[in-house]
Amino acid sequence: MLQFILRRLVGAVVTLFLIGAATFFLFVAAPSDYASLACGRDCSPARLESIREALGLNLPVAQQFWDFMSGIVVGRDFPDGHCAAPCLGQSFYSGDFVWDTIMDRFPLTLSLTAGAILVFLTIGIGAGMLAAYRRGSTVDKLATGASMVLSSFQIYFLGPIVLMIFVYSTGWVESPKYVPFTESPFGWLAGLWIPMVVMATIFTAQYTRMARASMIEQLAEEHVRTARAKGMGKKYVFFRYAWRGSLIPIVTVLGIDISALLGGGVVTELTFSLQGIGRLAVDGAVNKDLPLTMGVMLFGAFFILLLNILVDIVYAWIDPRVRLS
Amino acid sequence: MTSPAKTEGPGSAVALDPELDATSQVAEGAKKLEGRSPGQLMWQRFKRDRTGMICAGVVIFYFVVALCAPLLTMISGSDPYTLYGQDPTYADQPVLDEFGLPLGWFGGVSGSHWFGVEPQYGRDLFAMLLYGMRTSLLMALGVTVLVMLTGVIIGLVGGYFGGRTDYWLGRITDFFLSFPSQLFFIAFMPVVTAFFVDPREETPTYFRAVAILIVLWVLGWMGMARLVRSTVLSLREREFVEAAKVAGASPVRIVRKEILPNIVSPILVQFTYQLPSTILTIAFLSFAGVGFVEPTPDWGRLFAAGARYAEQDPAFMFFPGVALVIFILCFNLLGDSVRDAFDPKSGR
Repeated sequence: MLQFILRRLVGAVVTLFLIGAATFFLFVAAPSDYASLACGRDCSPARLESIREALGLNLPVAQQFWDFMSGIVVGRDFPDGHCAAPCLGQSFYSGDFVWDTIMDRFPLTLSLTAGAILVFLTIGIGAGMLAAYRRGSTVDKLATGASMVLSSFQIYFLGPIVLMIFVYSTGWVESPKYVPFTESPFGWLAGLWIPMVVMATIFTAQYTRMARASMIEQLAEEHVRTARAKGMGKKYVFFRYAWRGSLIPIVTVLGIDISALLGGGVVTELTFSLQGIGRLAVDGAVNKDLPLTMGVMLFGAFFILLLNILVDIVYAWIDPRVRLS
Repeated sequence: MTSPAKTEGPGSAVALDPELDATSQVAEGAKKLEGRSPGQLMWQRFKRDRTGMICAGVVIFYFVVALCAPLLTMISGSDPYTLYGQDPTYADQPVLDEFGLPLGWFGGVSGSHWFGVEPQYGRDLFAMLLYGMRTSLLMALGVTVLVMLTGVIIGLVGGYFGGRTDYWLGRITDFFLSFPSQLFFIAFMPVVTAFFVDPREETPTYFRAVAILIVLWVLGWMGMARLVRSTVLSLREREFVEAAKVAGASPVRIVRKEILPNIVSPILVQFTYQLPSTILTIAFLSFAGVGFVEPTPDWGRLFAAGARYAEQDPAFMFFPGVALVIFILCFNLLGDSVRDAFDPKSGR
């Protein structure tokens, strides 16, 4: 198990390095010069040169890349001060250190994503299993139909609808905002529950469908049938025999969905005007802020890889066959 | 089936060709007697699936409407660019009040503006939606075709040749898969656009479209490649491929005549799932502000605008949103039906 985790970690570091390299060289290879962007339209050559100097764009590309990559491990010195160890550089646009900006925004994205995962896993899997348990009943038809329709909704459509109903027209709820959990757990939930639920809705619908299909498949398995034939109760067999097996495909898909989840977080942040990592990525792209974009990309990739490893561990825990291979 | 026996005969390669032709003609003759190719079987199963047929109809309707956007807007007498609220030509037919909000019922629905008008500018929503759908559908079609072709080629090469080729193609696929794709779409759009135009100048819509195409293509082919590879891997070991190999068929011929016809159905199923998700991704890009920009009509941009106007004019979001939900719902149901028709065992 330990070896398995270690191997995955080494793979993750290599992947992160490659992603960093790809992002960096794509940006550098682009014909537009960042100094001229930062300088604006009416830019004197002298000023352009001084900006180039300040941004380190005069150095060879390999040197720039090395500075960036080594900065992540040992930190870097900038004219504005020292940037401590996981240093992702300094934003061209705002002049802040990228790592600090990301750390400032990350709690919101993390809260949003974690909340959404919790919501859609419990409701989605619960509803799907219930539908499979009562296959053919009204509950089943309702769950299947609703999940079919809801999975076709989009966050950027559902979000404004929910805002219209609960915030703009009735005023039952305040506009979503982020309150740190450590400050006030209640305020945190009160401020974020709408985005969480909206983000989770589409995933809930998808997971309901999947859990139902997976459970039905499991119930047709031979060991389940044998257990029933031995005279075990339906409930017992359902929760003891079929439940665990039916989780395997769900966990697999969860691993694939993690990237989509981060994307969903981006849309949710934009829809509800929350200041998270997604908003940061858009800002970086719109302002053509290379260090910020690089930082967000690497951080996003790190987050995804980390969660993927977590999913693999859960996977190994559910399915003993994985542990052995 | 009989070809291995024949190759054992003394006939040279030259003599083999007419024989092969003859057998294939016999096979065609037999087909006429028995009458049902896998494609026909699929079509017959599909025809019996009522949900699938209705959804196919709806999807075709959307494509027709989108392609006929210029015709239909000619009938409605509006176009997606005119600012009906600001243009002095239309001063005698006011569509906006002094706050820039649409006059009249439900976002300004009227005989001349069927779906209402956009707040602030007064552009016709019906025309914007139709033209936006046209943009989205055509773009998505282009992206999906490119993604499919790339995925099929890479999957075929990796799966068929195996060995080192397969290993490296697999690593490349894994690498692309580990990108946080949606963050990358956002981040790379401006970069790719910058390859074509100086960022300080106005980017023509045409270049934006190409940039979107490239970004979605480069980061989109992996799923297809994996699917094709795994299918080809299992097909490669089957007897009919072995027979073709023994008969001396070239790899190109084996891939084209023996393997490709067998992967058509998973490709088609994947296609019906890929297209709606591509439409949503393009909409996502425009929504995030890095896809199409003013004044290009685009489905995703309508949602960005709708979110902006949601507080004052909730009706604006209604038509684009409902249209999108129906479209995606039908496309998903259609995908399920196509899958069931190809593979009745997978029935839920």
